[in-house]
Amino acid sequence: MSKLARAALIGLPLGFLALFYVYPVASIIIEGLAPDGVPDFSPLREVATSGSIRGVLWFTLWQAIASTVLTILAAMPVAYTFARFHFPGKRLLSALLTVPFVMPTVVVAAAFLAIFGSSGYLGIDLSRSIWIILAAHVFYNVAIVVRTVGGLWAHLDPRLEEAARTLGATRWEAFRTVTLPLLSPALLAAASIVFLFTFTSFGVVLILGGLQYATLEVEIYRQTIVFNDLPLAAGLALAQLGAVSSILWAYGRSQRRRSVELSLLPSDSVARPPRTPRQRWAVGAVVAYVWVIALAPLALLVARSFDTGSAGPLAFYEALADTGGSTASVSALEAIGNSLWIAAVATAIATVVGLSAAAVVAYTKGTAARGFDLLLMLPLGTSAVTIGFGMLIALDWPVDLRASVLLIPLAHALVAIPFVVRVSVPVMRSVRPRLREAAATLGAPPGRVWREIDLPIVARALAVSAGFAFAISLGEFGATSFIARPDTPTLPVAIFRLLGRPGALNLGQAMAMSTILMVVTATVILTVDRLRVRDVGDF
Amino acid sequence: MFTARSVLRHSTRAAMAATIAIVAASCGGGGADSITLLAHSSFAISESTLQAFTEETGIEVEILDGGDAGAMLSQAVLTSDNPIADVIYGIDNTFLSRAVSEEITIPYESPLIDGVHDFTRLDLTNRFTPMDYGDVCLQYDRQAIEGDPSALFGDPSLGDRLVVEDPATSSPGLAFLLSTISAFPDTWQDYWRQLRESGVLVVSGWEEAYYGEFSGASDGDRPVVVSYGSSPAAEVVFAVEPIDEPGTGIVEESCFRQVEFAGILDGTGAEDEAKQLIDFMLSTTFQEDIPLNMFVFPALESAQLPQVFIDHAVVAREPRSIDPAEIAANRDRWIDEWTEIVLR
Repeated sequence: MSKLARAALIGLPLGFLALFYVYPVASIIIEGLAPDGVPDFSPLREVATSGSIRGVLWFTLWQAIASTVLTILAAMPVAYTFARFHFPGKRLLSALLTVPFVMPTVVVAAAFLAIFGSSGYLGIDLSRSIWIILAAHVFYNVAIVVRTVGGLWAHLDPRLEEAARTLGATRWEAFRTVTLPLLSPALLAAASIVFLFTFTSFGVVLILGGLQYATLEVEIYRQTIVFNDLPLAAGLALAQLGAVSSILWAYGRSQRRRSVELSLLPSDSVARPPRTPRQRWAVGAVVAYVWVIALAPLALLVARSFDTGSAGPLAFYEALADTGGSTASVSALEAIGNSLWIAAVATAIATVVGLSAAAVVAYTKGTAARGFDLLLMLPLGTSAVTIGFGMLIALDWPVDLRASVLLIPLAHALVAIPFVVRVSVPVMRSVRPRLREAAATLGAPPGRVWREIDLPIVARALAVSAGFAFAISLGEFGATSFIARPDTPTLPVAIFRLLGRPGALNLGQAMAMSTILMVVTATVILTVDRLRVRDVGDF
Repeated sequence: MFTARSVLRHSTRAAMAATIAIVAASCGGGGADSITLLAHSSFAISESTLQAFTEETGIEVEILDGGDAGAMLSQAVLTSDNPIADVIYGIDNTFLSRAVSEEITIPYESPLIDGVHDFTRLDLTNRFTPMDYGDVCLQYDRQAIEGDPSALFGDPSLGDRLVVEDPATSSPGLAFLLSTISAFPDTWQDYWRQLRESGVLVVSGWEEAYYGEFSGASDGDRPVVVSYGSSPAAEVVFAVEPIDEPGTGIVEESCFRQVEFAGILDGTGAEDEAKQLIDFMLSTTFQEDIPLNMFVFPALESAQLPQVFIDHAVVAREPRSIDPAEIAANRDRWIDEWTEIVLR
């Protein structure tokens, strides 16, 4: 790599994060701890000594760990089945699995209570318990593990495991000693993202948990917005940063130890149709299971969008076509348009910045690179209130971005970049240096080596992470609820506006808008998956 | 065909386009022919009404969505050195004192101010001009509640039929807590203890209460909810098929009055234009457009109400209220006390 290219690769992500993450977050924390320029650290003492805050920190930590473990357990059979078998409707099912990821909590909560609530279909009342929080976290995040791990699994040579079996290993031993170590970089990457998402869980805890539970994220929201206690909020934000950093540091160590060079195969040569009755039965069971955990709550919402009583079944959808002439009303088309262009810009930013950062992390050793890696992940583990309000006080110079519509995709990209990095780094590291050396020996300049050897392989990771970046933006993740938004209502914003008013028609329209959000998400993911399939044919 | 290279090339182009757009956005904007209105998420008005203002004055209005009233006030306070907008809309009487003492707005006495209802004139410094008002009340499902609904407020055994919002996270939740404090100044804690014992359900926001638990609007099984006095009117306007009578009623005795204010943000570069907007928002054109857009009542006494409001929206004759200064002084303590009693 030339020095110039290297400087650009480091400079782009570093500059982006410095401007849109470090500067805003530092500004709001300084505003809290040193409002008049004189630092006052008593809020930090309060955070360190208060029993109730320690309780919140402990709950935040253990529910995130439990949620991550449960999500992985729920996702692994699905990832395996998707990787190893061809069956009809697989691609659609895989896209639908990503849909929960983007759905607004307030909408999902209604469906969840219809299943797990006091008069729910399950017959057991889990409402306002830790179980419904964990179930919702699995529901939301299962796609992260399935797609990240499944993406790698689909290209692992099954002959490795078969060889172990021939040598006398049981099925479980072969998995544990051969496949699992090969998958572990992807598994750890997915786990770290699920952990950060659930560590900063807000809506699920507030709405489904029933107010007796609070994560640090909820507490920072309460102190900032309800009690207007910026000093304490700044103390809590520092505690959140500290906890997330130490966990990520430990994760970085284990990830580096586990990176492996692999010979990957095109997925078409790995997956086969289920042949034995036992395999067919297993695939059928997994498909049914995906429907139950991920799609039953969504199906309920879709059903409600058509449940108009004696009006025509499309009445709610027809009402969405009407713009109504009010500043608050949004036509479905306008919302789709806004969602799509914002997501496209967010994805573009996240991909370019994330890939440069991933290249630096993957090909550099040493403490500085690890610190850089950690910094890249931090936005995912930082409270949306902290980032949103930080942007509000910091980003008025040199250009005033605070009320600019571009702040929305920028804030979304901040959440999406860690995805791009986490998904790409293990794949970049899996490229055998010998291939690169061979290309260099044949006279290829470094840029060309990267293009010819690394890029085709990285493209697959790129497609997975671009899909998630798009979904993150479609779902309005991150700080955008706390910045002052110019009038560009996206699908989730339109859903919130409809739900903010009484009247059966508003609820019905909100359900219809939610269904449209599902269709848009599934379509985008299907399109991205198509990119991925064609690319893999190249090697 | 898509290849890895073309994907990368397109992403690079998109990023460049974004960069150019950022630069372009920073160069434009800011002229006095356009002003920015920071409003809470429930703000809505007819496009034609804003258009009328633009035609009259040549000033375009851009709207910034600041989230709920609490988040919007925090945004205004945090950016007071260099405001993100020229005018703010939607500070209510529970936040008024704080907003006044933070001096985020400049005093302006509109020539039209004498036309508003007396009870809305809560800010004598004129930093905030009243714009609309409405009541937060107990709303009940007519099919499930028999007998005299006025007995519901103050009934200690109502708990298992009632869903309320957490006053810490919800503006109607806070209004209803204030209503109980106003009605039972010495015994409100006992009242809430009894509601807890009889099984009151607390949720985080109005959406979850109304669309999730209230039997009058959802599959839920709670026939009484903390909601708005105008909800029955909204249920008629937003019925799936036309109805004459809403299926819900309002317990007038429980109503707490909320007044919403607008003000000119200190540091605006467009003070004259902002004054024109405040005046316009007090005009009949704007005020009469408020009810069917925001489902609250116009502050202007002479504004005509739409028929559906006259028929179905409730304004309490003697609403509960607490002085904004007293709310500001006790708000955090009351919320903490309530949380201890009801949730811990």
